[in-house]
Amino acid sequence: MAQRGIREYEGKKILFDGLAKHIPSFKGKSEKLALVTPDTDPKQLAKEHPWLLKEKLVAKPDQLFGKRGKHGLLCLNADWKTAWAWISERMNKTVTVGKTTGELNTFMIEPFTPHREDGEECYVAIRAYRDYDMVYLSNKGGIYVEEHWDMVKETQVPILSSIDEVILNLPELGERRAQVEEFVKALYKVYSEGHFTYLEINPFTFNNGEIVPLDLVARVDDTAAFECTKVWGDLEFPSSFGQKHTKEEEFIRKIDEGTGASLKLTMLNPDGRVWNMVAGGGASVIYADTVCDLGHSKELANYGEYSGDPSAEDTYQYAKTILDLMTRKKDPRGKVLIIGGGIANFTDVAKTFKGIIKALTEYKQKLVEGKVKIYVRRGGPNYKEGLANMRRLGETLGVPIEVYGPETHMTAVVSMALNPSPAKANGKAVRAGGKK
Amino acid sequence: MKPELFTKDTTAIVYGYHVNAIQRMLDFDYACGRKVPSVAAIVNPGSEGVHKVFFGKGEILVPVYRNLAAASAKHPKSDVVVNFASYRSAFDSSMEALNNPNIRTVCVIAEGVPERRARILAATAAKLDKMVIGPATVGGIKAGCFKIANTAGTYENIVESKLHRPGSVGFVSKSGGLSNECYNIIARNTDGLYEGIAIGGDAYPGSTLLEHILRYEAIPSVKMIVALGEIGGTEELRIVEALKAKKITKPLVIWVTGTCSKMFPAGVQFGHAGAKAGSDLETADAKNAALKAAGAIVPASFDDYGVKINETYKKLVKKGEIKPAPEADAPALPMDFAQAMKEGKIRKATTFINTISNEKKEELEYLNIPISKVLESGMGIGGVIGLLWFKRELPAYGNKFLETALMLTADHGPAVSGAHNAIVAARAGKDIISALASGLLTIGPRFGGAIDGAAQQFKRAYDAGLTPEQFITDMKGKGANIPGIGHKVKSLTNPDMRVTQLKAFCKKHFKKTDLLDYALAVEQLTTKKKGNLILNVDGCIGIAFVDMLTSAGSFSKDEIDNIVNMGCLNALFVVGRSIGIFGHIFDQKRLKQPLYRTPYDEIAYMTDL
Repeated sequence: MAQRGIREYEGKKILFDGLAKHIPSFKGKSEKLALVTPDTDPKQLAKEHPWLLKEKLVAKPDQLFGKRGKHGLLCLNADWKTAWAWISERMNKTVTVGKTTGELNTFMIEPFTPHREDGEECYVAIRAYRDYDMVYLSNKGGIYVEEHWDMVKETQVPILSSIDEVILNLPELGERRAQVEEFVKALYKVYSEGHFTYLEINPFTFNNGEIVPLDLVARVDDTAAFECTKVWGDLEFPSSFGQKHTKEEEFIRKIDEGTGASLKLTMLNPDGRVWNMVAGGGASVIYADTVCDLGHSKELANYGEYSGDPSAEDTYQYAKTILDLMTRKKDPRGKVLIIGGGIANFTDVAKTFKGIIKALTEYKQKLVEGKVKIYVRRGGPNYKEGLANMRRLGETLGVPIEVYGPETHMTAVVSMALNPSPAKANGKAVRAGGKK
Repeated sequence: MKPELFTKDTTAIVYGYHVNAIQRMLDFDYACGRKVPSVAAIVNPGSEGVHKVFFGKGEILVPVYRNLAAASAKHPKSDVVVNFASYRSAFDSSMEALNNPNIRTVCVIAEGVPERRARILAATAAKLDKMVIGPATVGGIKAGCFKIANTAGTYENIVESKLHRPGSVGFVSKSGGLSNECYNIIARNTDGLYEGIAIGGDAYPGSTLLEHILRYEAIPSVKMIVALGEIGGTEELRIVEALKAKKITKPLVIWVTGTCSKMFPAGVQFGHAGAKAGSDLETADAKNAALKAAGAIVPASFDDYGVKINETYKKLVKKGEIKPAPEADAPALPMDFAQAMKEGKIRKATTFINTISNEKKEELEYLNIPISKVLESGMGIGGVIGLLWFKRELPAYGNKFLETALMLTADHGPAVSGAHNAIVAARAGKDIISALASGLLTIGPRFGGAIDGAAQQFKRAYDAGLTPEQFITDMKGKGANIPGIGHKVKSLTNPDMRVTQLKAFCKKHFKKTDLLDYALAVEQLTTKKKGNLILNVDGCIGIAFVDMLTSAGSFSKDEIDNIVNMGCLNALFVVGRSIGIFGHIFDQKRLKQPLYRTPYDEIAYMTDL
């Protein structure tokens, strides 16, 4: 749970509804936004959005990436037929944007606003910092903002202040000054009420004297969902462009959502020899670090963690997923599984290990065939029982399990696993840990 | 704000009824030899009273209040709030705590507090010159003084990491899980921890790494500082600035985790909400390099963290800045009963035996049959009675017979004593349980007891080999009516249809009907004396019940005797009749009937006799 990018379509819906609340004359309407996915039926869409047939339109991909104009991914001033044909031509096609390659599968359509590029485009963004939000404003928006960044005016809005008490640092806006000021203050209110952490409109322009936001980028804090059900509506958090989740990552994500505990899995290299199954958000990073710091980053297969006192069933499902992944392909050198973790504060080690042991027992045959070596290091409530159960499993599992407790440095098992000494390779491992 | 947050006299108000955490705080107190328990009060919205908890070998009571204001008014010296409120309510309760003049430090445990809320908390604390630890943290610990919530885990761990007495190392990290690991590392490589704080893994913790480092800088007893940073955010760069500005002069051993991120696809979210590099400056490598350049002691990897801590400590000892104190042992904590049982160190005689059902299994079981199977089998309520009363799966006809008995005994009109009493109680405004009990309590030898009586008497006579004639004579000799014989109006020629049907059912399905046949032979004799001395429905149920058990074939003779003598048939009547009694109670309540008073003309007043 953290800051998440949202679609321009969703961002604009929230924005237009919110702005209408603060500026009654605001013309942007959330009803005049349409989203197109591979399943969208054009007839049904046009029925739900009659304006599509009457107005000139803009169509563009809506998948959390920018610079769409530069990549020829903007369809401007089109009628419905042209816009739909333009989208159909690109739907499910693979494109490369910057360094990222991915499939186009979501587009948005909105009414087209005619405007001149010279002097008519402004830039506004709001970004969260610890003690304040920073408002960035420029009268040189659009593609010029980056080259004219020195012209961007900044205003700090302290977190404990109301925007109405703050004097905005405004660029030269001529007669539009009061209008832009009202707009930006309303925008800030939508930003703070909607728990945005980043909101950028580049550019916004003017049509018949009204402010029209054109392109929008937004991130919100997803932990605020419980406060924002009304403002957000049914808000989705799409994956970033080009990022695909494997079936297994999806599976773990589903379990994670369904429990108070935390379960995470990111695949890095399915052919990697080093597999981590580490307890704790902090410890899991350190185990991955240590594999890389010792020069084996190419061998690292996954990043993941389980924490927050998960049930034995949850750890069983988690362990099974990892064991399944790591035994699919064989490596002549064998593989290593690191069941690591720090000294837990309140997670019951024996309980969580129960699920892992069940999974290991089920995968006994495959572990033997895959020449897997297992290294365990853990501490915390009931750790002695948990480690003893692991040791007992080692007597029957048919693959070596080395088990260590708090007396061994947390990441020492990583170097043992990566650089096994000859004595250990002969199976004469010193079984340390918990002997006191 | 004064650099010291806690002393050996600090007491806290715990917001939320988290009994394990409270016990662990008090166990830590015992390890430190604190005289005053560190938890002064508990706030449990929605209830008040006292909470009983161990303090060392004995037990004490900790008062429980409905709200923080009440708790703080009664315990004005408590200046710490340990806030266990959920992510939904953590903000409001923490703001209330910050705005309370008695409270100086608020620790917010909840994970998932919205960032904007957390920023407001942090800014409010700064404005009021107070301290917020968290959100999303396990808390912190001052060795030998005070411990927040579940920090440092079990008692065993506290003693092993020497947290019951102060050392010279100030520690701060983001991660709560790792803080405990680091206390272990510090205990193994130095004279121990002075204080440790986990600020929480969110993007905007209420207090920052730097704030705590500067506190440690200002506390004379802290001789060296150990910190653990994390990828994401620019907090560690503020430490760099402080180092450059010489605001940190004590040795600082620090490692920023997340060096692996360069291998990962862009923007992988690690376990903590704040752990995501937004720019190159926020990567672990950049931060480690900057810290090292600014004079911090930075290991090459986490593997060397303990080594660097140990080297730094040894230098300070050599310089005479740290003089290790003699080791003080922590008292042994009496083991909890539950833990001792779990570890098999003690055993205890049980006070109950149960052989019929088990709710501790994965699924509720009646006599080892999961409840889902009970439902699927279609055994009905008769089958459930068989399992729970007789510990048998009865044949289908047995289940059907029991159900028939329940239906037949369900009601017999409002005039009988059971229904009558229940009606009177219901009309007196009593609740349904009282009204039911009032009716059921009339069941006994004169009302409803005939089923039980018939089964017992007929069975006794049959088992003893008495002929029907001998049985009648025997009962006459005892001056007793034969239970189950006789009806107000019915006779052999005008039979009770209930009995006719029941008899037909038994004849059709039961393997044996010996006792029923015997009873019918007795009926032949009694009806000769008087036409209405027939086997009535109560008698028929009781007698056929015995035949049903015999037919089932799975009961020994002793078991059948036992079932009949235990009063199972009375129980059958009670269950059946409860249905009817409830009917009468609801009937009265539905009709809103007033208090019943027996009319004078129903009572013969003969007091003048």
